[in-house]
Amino acid sequence: MDPASLRQDFPILQRKVRGKALVYLDNAATTQKPSRVIEFEKAFYERHNANIHRGVHALSEESTALVDESRAKVARFIGAGAREIVFTRNATESINLVAHAWGRKFLGPRDEILLTEMEHHSNLVPWQLLAQEKGVRLRFVPVTPQGTIDLESARRTITPKTRLFAFTAMSNALGSINPVRELVALAKENGAASLVDASQWVPHLRTDVAELDCDFLAFSAHKMLGPTGVGVLYGRQKLLEEMNPFLGGGDMIGQVWLERSSYADPPQKFEAGTPNIAGIAAFAQAIDYLSEIGMEAVRRHEIALTQRALEIARAQSGVELYGPADVNERGGVLSFNVADIHPHDVGQVFDSEGIAIRAGHHCCQPLMSKMRIGGTARASFYLYNTIEDVEAFGRGLRKVKEFFKVKEAVGHGR
Amino acid sequence: MEGDAELSDLYRDVLLDYYRSTAHKGRLESPDVRGHGVSPICGDEIEITAKNRQGRLGPIRYSGRGCVISQASSAMMAQALEGKTLAEVRSLMEAFGDMMLRQGPVDSLPEDLEEAKALEGVRRFPARVKCAMLSWNTLRLGLEKPREAVEFREEGS
Repeated sequence: MDPASLRQDFPILQRKVRGKALVYLDNAATTQKPSRVIEFEKAFYERHNANIHRGVHALSEESTALVDESRAKVARFIGAGAREIVFTRNATESINLVAHAWGRKFLGPRDEILLTEMEHHSNLVPWQLLAQEKGVRLRFVPVTPQGTIDLESARRTITPKTRLFAFTAMSNALGSINPVRELVALAKENGAASLVDASQWVPHLRTDVAELDCDFLAFSAHKMLGPTGVGVLYGRQKLLEEMNPFLGGGDMIGQVWLERSSYADPPQKFEAGTPNIAGIAAFAQAIDYLSEIGMEAVRRHEIALTQRALEIARAQSGVELYGPADVNERGGVLSFNVADIHPHDVGQVFDSEGIAIRAGHHCCQPLMSKMRIGGTARASFYLYNTIEDVEAFGRGLRKVKEFFKVKEAVGHGR
Repeated sequence: MEGDAELSDLYRDVLLDYYRSTAHKGRLESPDVRGHGVSPICGDEIEITAKNRQGRLGPIRYSGRGCVISQASSAMMAQALEGKTLAEVRSLMEAFGDMMLRQGPVDSLPEDLEEAKALEGVRRFPARVKCAMLSWNTLRLGLEKPREAVEFREEGS
């Protein structure tokens, strides 16, 4: 794959920011969209727009077919069956769906949910709400000082009462890749279901839910070249069938009487109301785009970029890096601090160079507290980033140090 | 104005001086006014403590974690408001908020806010205006409910 030529597919990468060519390094937050995704969404409204599962007219048949096709492509992309793919608004909603439809039905005061200390708020708060409502106890696998989850401590934390182990496949804040298959197996050995927050995994690494053997897996389209407002929940067929509905309304019913209703089969049972039809249809284009390049190639490219970024950052005094040292144990996410400079001030200097990075707690406040930092600055890569972008990252680092007069060769106090 | 020029305009030297200043840093024992400010977006926290001596505010101290903008703004606030009557404090707060939030003209700011004019460049960066306002909002809330520990929370995710 040739990122320089791929860049031609992404119109936004041609723009200038603050008078400089945009260097987009905030891909863990959201990714840019290739023309074919943008054009497909436009074409949907220009040619096919109609509600799904409604009319017998031609347009409704077309829009329904587009949603079905997208579902089939998503399923193939992660090794699932099409009926195991529920469309949501985002990964957050996918996780909330499981908390409501599965958690509320099956969990009570005798039960425990196992999480980790590195979860994004979206894989933490829904469980807190459930715990408050149902008296479920939350337990947490500790993170190591290197910012990883180690299998041994997971083994020590899981109990016979654990009914669900919900964990991130890859930390959005640190880039650490977790041993997903082993953690899922651990859940299974202990009779617990597993939910994988794969928001940072599916966009960057090949995914096969059959191989991972997980019960639920959640991710968002917008982090993998697709539109915003489309999320995916994979659920094992049997579990989806046993669960309660999520939202009530049109499209999720079997039959409705005034006092009661029967429900549609999964996945329709969890898809009440008109979904983001155009977004779902266009998401299929993003899946095609990634499939044509191949996820192995995406991963190889990101490893190369991350390797270079690590070298650059390590060569700078006063730069503290977080997450695993080994590039094979991390995704294309680089979390760092520069001396005692606040991450927002770091981000502002990068911005003045037209370089977009994220700064703050990355929706992982408990993780930041554990690591005794207020936040970090974070650069994150994707397939359209080039080695030149990584060199720009190095320029940004040097400029931060110059601008805030960070003394060279002096240890930092973090 | 773009890139480096914007950056220098945002982080003016006087701002960096206030950021590094420790003159008003710390926490007062048994304060008359106490406010705890939190910015959920960045996770920053600030605590403002102040005494009320015969109707005049002061000393004022701030502690916590924050960026250059929020720390410098806290220091400028403490300097500008110390020794002022509560009525003066309210009017200076209003004038500052007017400049930051409603793009009010900088030239008509009261003399006591002379130094705070250095925050003018922040207005170009909407995401950072919150940083500049955090300590002011926190103190304002603290003054509305004296002798109570109040918490100000910026809107955010």
